[in-house]
Amino acid sequence: MSERQCTVLVCQGTGCVSGGAEQVCSLLKKEAEALNSLATIEIKHTGCHGFCQQGPLVVIEPEGILYTKVQPDDAPDIVRFLLPEVKPLKRLFYHNPVTGNPISRYHDIPFYNKQERAVLKHCGNIDPEDINNYIAVGGYQSLNKVLSEMTREQVIAEVKNSGLRGLGGAGFPTGRKWEACRKASGNEKYVICNADEGDPGAFQDRSVIEGNPHSILEGMIIAGYAIGAQLGIIYVRAEYPLAVKRLKIALSEARDKGYLGKNIFGKDFNFDIHIFQGAGAFVCGESTALVLSIEGNRGMPKPLPRSRTAESGLWNKPTLLNNVKTFANVPLIIARGSEWFANRGTEKSKGTAIFSLTGKVANNGLIEVPMGITLRQIIYDIGGGIPDGKAFKAVQTGGPSGGCLPAELLDMTVDFDSLIEAGSMMGSGGMVVMDEDTCMVDVARYFLDFTQRESCGQCVPCRLGTRQMFEILNDITRGEGRAEDIELLLELSEAIKHGSICGLGQTAPNPVLTTLRYFRNEYEAHIHEKRCPSGVCMIQKESS
Amino acid sequence: MEEALLGDILSSYQGKKEELIPILQEIQENFGYLPEKVMLSIARFIGIPESEVYSVASFYAQFRLLPLGRKRITICRGTACHIRGAPQILNKIEKAIGIKEGETSSDLEYTLETVACIGCCALAPCIKINTGIHGEMTQKKVKELLPR
Repeated sequence: MSERQCTVLVCQGTGCVSGGAEQVCSLLKKEAEALNSLATIEIKHTGCHGFCQQGPLVVIEPEGILYTKVQPDDAPDIVRFLLPEVKPLKRLFYHNPVTGNPISRYHDIPFYNKQERAVLKHCGNIDPEDINNYIAVGGYQSLNKVLSEMTREQVIAEVKNSGLRGLGGAGFPTGRKWEACRKASGNEKYVICNADEGDPGAFQDRSVIEGNPHSILEGMIIAGYAIGAQLGIIYVRAEYPLAVKRLKIALSEARDKGYLGKNIFGKDFNFDIHIFQGAGAFVCGESTALVLSIEGNRGMPKPLPRSRTAESGLWNKPTLLNNVKTFANVPLIIARGSEWFANRGTEKSKGTAIFSLTGKVANNGLIEVPMGITLRQIIYDIGGGIPDGKAFKAVQTGGPSGGCLPAELLDMTVDFDSLIEAGSMMGSGGMVVMDEDTCMVDVARYFLDFTQRESCGQCVPCRLGTRQMFEILNDITRGEGRAEDIELLLELSEAIKHGSICGLGQTAPNPVLTTLRYFRNEYEAHIHEKRCPSGVCMIQKESS
Repeated sequence: MEEALLGDILSSYQGKKEELIPILQEIQENFGYLPEKVMLSIARFIGIPESEVYSVASFYAQFRLLPLGRKRITICRGTACHIRGAPQILNKIEKAIGIKEGETSSDLEYTLETVACIGCCALAPCIKINTGIHGEMTQKKVKELLPR
């Protein structure tokens, strides 16, 4: 009689670990051992499932049952009710935060079933610390295909034809960047993966690294072959210790298997990857600052005129710099073809986007959706709407470089260009939902606080301009705003946008510009009536 | 003992300029901060002016030039954490341990800092106490984690 096989997937992403997931995993293993059932019950630890708010998360396969907020004390019951067939534990089901309805299977949960998980497909069902898991789902086959069947030019053509655009924020056509690097003269070239993810409110890169680190390595090695590089560097922020740990393990495993090192897959191609840990500077997400940082300097972006990093980057050599998610898409494009990729998304924004959907929304977490989906579908269908009976007010996208979009724009499609038209941007994918209790002037103040702290200080418009804007916004939120402040903010915004050396300064005014564009009445209430409509700002009224 | 530890750390490097940030990171991991004397030794090891070492050390938020308390409390001031009440949590913690953001208590028990984002946005608001992350912080949780 054949025994039922089942797998218990236990999320070990940073969020779930902070809630006790490591203890949950080890107790589940102990319980399975005690029942002498390790042969039929596989307890597998996985990377981030993306639904951190509901964690620690456990998934029972093959039934696809999702258990949420699992505590170590739940381990005995979970294991006991797995065999001979699973008796689901209702107390651990996901409950819709707005309606309270319980749902047992993750395929039935709108948060998951309305996503299109391509890059995130295996985040949550493979063990990120075991390369054999990645290989079992087709890992490194794209690299093999590239090295045995494709020329460098053919690889670049595939990436170009796919329409993939950089997912770090700016959306520059990836294939064109690869081509520029390939054509740049010189034999010494570098590939850098920007895993600095400095936008507050964004954790997509962290999850991809923690959940499927090999997908990034494979993408980087393919890029190295395509442009003719010998060394790759992953620039990862030091605030992500678990991601760093998983990368180190992945690199060591890839070397052992021969996917990194000399004569990869028996070809005349050598490539290795090192890790460089960022030291806590948001501005080092900018490419010239990042390169300077690796070279051992302060991360101060280079002013124009300057060569493009593709032609003269790290140690003045041609350097290909792409984001984590951009590299993770590459093995998929090679495996399934550029046409498959180009058939998803919109005309100018192909493929999928990964957002960290957080803030005042019922379902907080990481989602992957096709470009062209609307804000309403993201926030209401996947996000489950606004909890506690509150009204939606705005959604902030693009981090400190982006902007706040109001309810009138809920039906706009989300892609690189439409977000820019609305005054915001895709950025690295942060999407923070705000409700009627959020003060938009306070939000603008919050972002300027961030940018003026992170300004590298070398150019006057950014260094002094952001400081000035921050102080004006501070005054306004304390009831000390003056009638001319709005015009002054607009004037300063123009000066900072046009006068700053790099993207940090050039986009710093965006949160102010969008909140003034869509929520001007809130500024006016603070300034003329000394009143905060959302009740957030502590404004002392002068006694008359 | 300090010198021996320093020598040990530097022995795995070659003295190249691009090793400066990794060296500073390893020093801080072992010493808890970047002592002035150590920065001078690093300058000599790499062959650059001490001012350049200081300029890099003072640019990056990760580096501390003063010793840390035994309990390092870091409050996340990311966007999601901010709109879910991080400023109030910071306030409560400041009152509970008697120091302000950026300070270390005189008995070296606590250091209080903020960071732009921990990357646990779905569990906002978050704090870290040493390496442990605590999500969905409330005033009540502050009392439980940091009893006076």
